Amino acid sequence: MDKPYNNKAWFLVVPVFALVALSAIIPIMTVVNYSFQDTFGNNQFFWAGTEWFQDVLSSDRFWDALGRNFMFSVIILSIEIPLGIGIALTMPKKGIWVPVCLVTMALPLLIPWNVVGTIWQIFGRADIGLLGYSLDQLGVNYNYASNIFDAWATIILMDVWHWTSLVVLLCYAGLVSIPEAYYQAAKIDGASRWSVFRYIQLPKIRGVLIIAFLLRFMDSFMIYTEPFVLTGGGPGNSTTFMSIDLVKQAIGQFDLGPAAAMSLVYQLIVLSVCYVFFTVMSNVGVDKPDARVED
Amino acid sequence: MLELKNISKKVGNALHISDVSMSLEKGSVNVLLGPTLSGKTSLMRLMAGLDRPTSGSILMNGSNVVGMPVQKRNVAMVYQQFINYPAMTVYENIASPMRVAGVDQATIDRRVNEAADLMKLTPYLDRTPANLSGGQQQRTALARALVKNAELVLLDEPLANLDYKLREELRVELPKIFAETGAVFVYATTEPQEALLLGGKTATLCEGRVTQFDRTIDVYNHPSDLLTAQTFSDPPMNVLPVTKVGNEFVFETSRVDVPTNVSGLADGNYKIGVRPHHMLLEEPKGHSMKLDCVVSTTEITGSESFIHLQSRGAHMVALMHGVHRVEIGDAIPAYLEQKSFFIFDHHENLVSAPTFDSQN
Repeated sequence: MDKPYNNKAWFLVVPVFALVALSAIIPIMTVVNYSFQDTFGNNQFFWAGTEWFQDVLSSDRFWDALGRNFMFSVIILSIEIPLGIGIALTMPKKGIWVPVCLVTMALPLLIPWNVVGTIWQIFGRADIGLLGYSLDQLGVNYNYASNIFDAWATIILMDVWHWTSLVVLLCYAGLVSIPEAYYQAAKIDGASRWSVFRYIQLPKIRGVLIIAFLLRFMDSFMIYTEPFVLTGGGPGNSTTFMSIDLVKQAIGQFDLGPAAAMSLVYQLIVLSVCYVFFTVMSNVGVDKPDARVED
Repeated sequence: MLELKNISKKVGNALHISDVSMSLEKGSVNVLLGPTLSGKTSLMRLMAGLDRPTSGSILMNGSNVVGMPVQKRNVAMVYQQFINYPAMTVYENIASPMRVAGVDQATIDRRVNEAADLMKLTPYLDRTPANLSGGQQQRTALARALVKNAELVLLDEPLANLDYKLREELRVELPKIFAETGAVFVYATTEPQEALLLGGKTATLCEGRVTQFDRTIDVYNHPSDLLTAQTFSDPPMNVLPVTKVGNEFVFETSRVDVPTNVSGLADGNYKIGVRPHHMLLEEPKGHSMKLDCVVSTTEITGSESFIHLQSRGAHMVALMHGVHRVEIGDAIPAYLEQKSFFIFDHHENLVSAPTFDSQN
């Protein structure tokens, strides 16, 4: 059959193509471009091949920062996910307290990152901060500016305070969508509270939990503002995460090539870790697709 | 045996169940028939022990079980939605009540296989519910209820979400399977046809009241009042307000002789109920009341046609076999056969039922 061939159809995809090009392809290709070149200013560039990538991957600085990122994300996820589920489980399902709880939970999410950083930075100061001063009076030697453990604890606390709500809200949405009949059926079966959680609630919120997990992983892996505001990456290099290191190189030292190479590596890591998580988690507890029935 | 004695349930100011008394025998099939929101589910929740009645008592084999927690009552319940444990295989789902009860593995194995066999689930024992069709999911839930060997089995519109063919199949099998376990079997439905097919006894519910509880056939043939008759008729029973004057029932200009068996009735206002399939478009032999009607709608399903008629403010439905060619707005006569009259007095209580029960 002869299909009419009309080149004008291309015009219809041009707007989308232009948008994607401007927002994603061009910026990324610029970074790719930088990562293979060297410059001495004056807008003159020289081909550098894979030199920057080799530099980045062989530097201790990169591996240390990467290690800190993973450690931070693991700690954040292992606190926020269980805590979020726990809070969501205790929230009321109906009644006048529902909006109160939801608004209270949503409040931290509305506060910008650097404000959160500033709030806690002041809150933790031993001279004028309520937390720092109280701890000091109680005889605890708390100082995020000089003690590595204190700096980490403060950043983790900030993140937990700021983002646990996201996990709570997602889990809560999943929990309220479970039909009441499931709980009745479990009650008639004589199932324990734990069984109800393990065999009804957890499987039913698996979908939103995957989303919460991925969002919190990506966000925590890209941690920047909080340590930057709190200590600028210190004490020493102890809270210099990859993004902080990247900014130091790109803006502080204006090493565009290494910074570009590093950000590409950084992005690939985030992408591949998310891909692995997503594949693993969406396959947990699901039968293989070839076992499906068609009736 | 399960006995309900003057059960009422109030939620806030709303009376969900109002003074219900009934006694359900072991190994019997009991149908709760009523429209949506008539209290079927509320009554089942009370029977199960999920809710506490506001007043009245519930006796299981003679002992009062009000206040006894549901998990100690040996009750099984199946819902309109397909409720299974999402992360467990079909096998584990069926086994779950026995696991809670601490039954040994060999017995669990035997009973799961028996139940799976009855419910035709044997090939799917290793699957999770998400990988089953709707019918298989519901059969899993039914199998779980079956292995429990419960004294009281409550099925709340279990087939409502299944396709037509599966419903017919299960409708026949379910009462047999559960009756063999000796359980008190209670089945809630909105469909009069389903009640007739299940047989046993039927309780018709309306706004939280049981209007009648008797053998299903008897409730159908001798509804105690108009409300029961309307609940147990789909499409709804045609009701015509008439006046008895001497030896005749009169509606506007139409009249018919009063049946001989009720000739002794006092003059006054009555209501005549006629099921849609006894409303005829051709004049029958024997006595009938002729009404001049106007066709307002027709619904044709192929083997049957529903013809909606208006006659001086009365709305009627005639059920005809086959496809009938009538146009909306046509003026046609309709005939109500005298021998198919349900006659209700002004309190809407049944005075007389049709005399040809067995042909219904």
